[in-house]
Amino acid sequence: MQSLQKITSRFIPLRIENVDTDQIIPARFLKATTKDGFGKNLFRDWRYEQDDETKPKADFVLNQSQYSGEILVAAKNFGCGSSREHAAWSIQDYGFKVVVSSFFADIFKNNALNNGVLPVTVSDAFLQQIFAQGAKDTLSVDLEAQTITIDATGAFEKFDINSYKKTCLLNGYDDIDYLLSMKTEIEAYEKANQ
Amino acid sequence: MGKTLFEKIWDKHVVKQIEDGPSVVYIDKHFIHEVTSPQAFSGIEKRGAQIFRPQQIVATADHNVPTMQQELPIKDALSKFQVDTLIENCKKHDVELYGLGHKYQGIVHVIGPELGITQPGMTIVCGDSHTSTHGAFGSIAFGIGTSEVEMVFASQCIMQSKPKVMRINIDGTLKNGVVSKDIILYIIAQISASGATGYFVEYAGSAIRALSMEARMTICNMSIEMGARGGMIAPDQTTFDYIKGRLFAPQGADWDKKLAQWKELYTDADAKFDVEINIKAEDIDPMITYGTNPGMGLSITGKLPTVESFTDATEKQNYEKALAYMGLTAGQSLLGMPVQNVFIGSCTNSRIEDFRLVAGVIKGKQKDPNIKTLIVPGSQEVAKQIKAEGLDKIFAEAGVEIRQAGCSACLGMNEDKIPAGEYCISTSNRNFEGRQGAGARTLLASPLTAAAALLTGKITDIRDILN
Repeated sequence: MQSLQKITSRFIPLRIENVDTDQIIPARFLKATTKDGFGKNLFRDWRYEQDDETKPKADFVLNQSQYSGEILVAAKNFGCGSSREHAAWSIQDYGFKVVVSSFFADIFKNNALNNGVLPVTVSDAFLQQIFAQGAKDTLSVDLEAQTITIDATGAFEKFDINSYKKTCLLNGYDDIDYLLSMKTEIEAYEKANQ
Repeated sequence: MGKTLFEKIWDKHVVKQIEDGPSVVYIDKHFIHEVTSPQAFSGIEKRGAQIFRPQQIVATADHNVPTMQQELPIKDALSKFQVDTLIENCKKHDVELYGLGHKYQGIVHVIGPELGITQPGMTIVCGDSHTSTHGAFGSIAFGIGTSEVEMVFASQCIMQSKPKVMRINIDGTLKNGVVSKDIILYIIAQISASGATGYFVEYAGSAIRALSMEARMTICNMSIEMGARGGMIAPDQTTFDYIKGRLFAPQGADWDKKLAQWKELYTDADAKFDVEINIKAEDIDPMITYGTNPGMGLSITGKLPTVESFTDATEKQNYEKALAYMGLTAGQSLLGMPVQNVFIGSCTNSRIEDFRLVAGVIKGKQKDPNIKTLIVPGSQEVAKQIKAEGLDKIFAEAGVEIRQAGCSACLGMNEDKIPAGEYCISTSNRNFEGRQGAGARTLLASPLTAAAALLTGKITDIRDILN
């Protein structure tokens, strides 16, 4: 897993609530057996008319050239629905390192963290402040300090992340390394609970 | 202070609590399917690790499978490759597979319970959000991502933060024409598609106790649609009677021992929930959804909200987006609106009881000539039972074809899809944009309401047919 510490970037504003993982990556693209190449189908049916890459929908934010960056900012309840980790893979493969929302669905949040994509939960008010910024404005996310800052105004908010996950992300460790190191304890648990 | 049912099972499965971090939770049963497992198998191989407890894993192929002519090779090359990859992985890693053509094959959340694999007090995971279904047996069951599938492969454990607990009490008697699907659609409409995020839900109350296991599974199945980590129902005599004698159910002395343990699985009288919600069963009508998330539901006789009822600008914009996608108008009623498709199936409503309900409505009648149907049993066992009970004849006489087991039109991944712009009354669980195929318009409802539309070709109040 890639480590993540600090990032300053422009952001892509997605002012849509309840973005479900079927929108992030429709089921017909889940037939792959590797984790690669999902970014090109990120938000596929919102991005293109009639599933045709030569017909981008002008009103969709990923197709608007003024917006760019490694931070996706979405309205509340981002990532609800299906547990498909392909949603996190497609967001990462597209080039996002951070997703900001006022509310995340549980499974998506875990999936993002397990792939080195940081979900940052902010207050509704702060989310509105971010949405009010221009396309050239940047956000800074500092994982060590657990802060997200609107650089143009200096306004910032602290965000929550448990210290275990924070350490994993800062160092690029994953849970499986940890669990593999726990074999003896797990075997002891099994023995005691047979 | 007493413990909730959730806490009793959770605490028993915590191998280690990491300070200011997640718990390491032991997993008793791990279900896998072809879509969310291949990268976990290759992940474990890349690490040079072994599957830690292959005998605690059960695999099936369901999402990608055709529901006609299953004896022939899968036509779609990518689907075929994914299903073949599962076969190869299971063989290589010594995992039990009920694949296509096997008599136990079916939707993962249908076969686990019907084979007696799902049991009270267990922790159960699967790379599929509807794993919450298994909570109907008084187990902690939840959906996980592929990285987590790999974790369970590697260690039979998962890292999870302990969720908060919510209890939803449904007391009283359901009205005629109202079934468990209506209960859960009603709850989600009340608390929204994110109303239980961060919580594990226990369903309780006299209306829940009166339900069959199939009906309980429908409710727990859709817990994720309000954001809950999972849903569960304390086991009782209904649960024990359902499990007894099934293929993988405990036998003899082992049964007696397990039964004694299962009888301890209930929430103590003085246990505390973070949130408690009370619902009167009599308040629930047959329900239907009108929007693009399962929280956008109403009574079949109700009217869509007006645009003015939304004060928040983003919410208003989202409502208008949903209406545009669905081709509906704010304030309108849905009754009498023509639909083109009826889908009866999915891990929510594809069990034998669902087919009995539908058969009861359509018996001796003819389907509307304009309606296209996808009627799909959840498993080979359900299909067998349909025949054994003679329900297949009732469907055939009504002009309705019964297909073969699989996820079918629930998710627009296999051959069964709803055409763009058309409406489908669906007994499945999600009405997201494009869920049943690009541009498809899904109206979630109970098997009874679906059966009513099958006969009339329109959105119909089932009570008009039953009375």
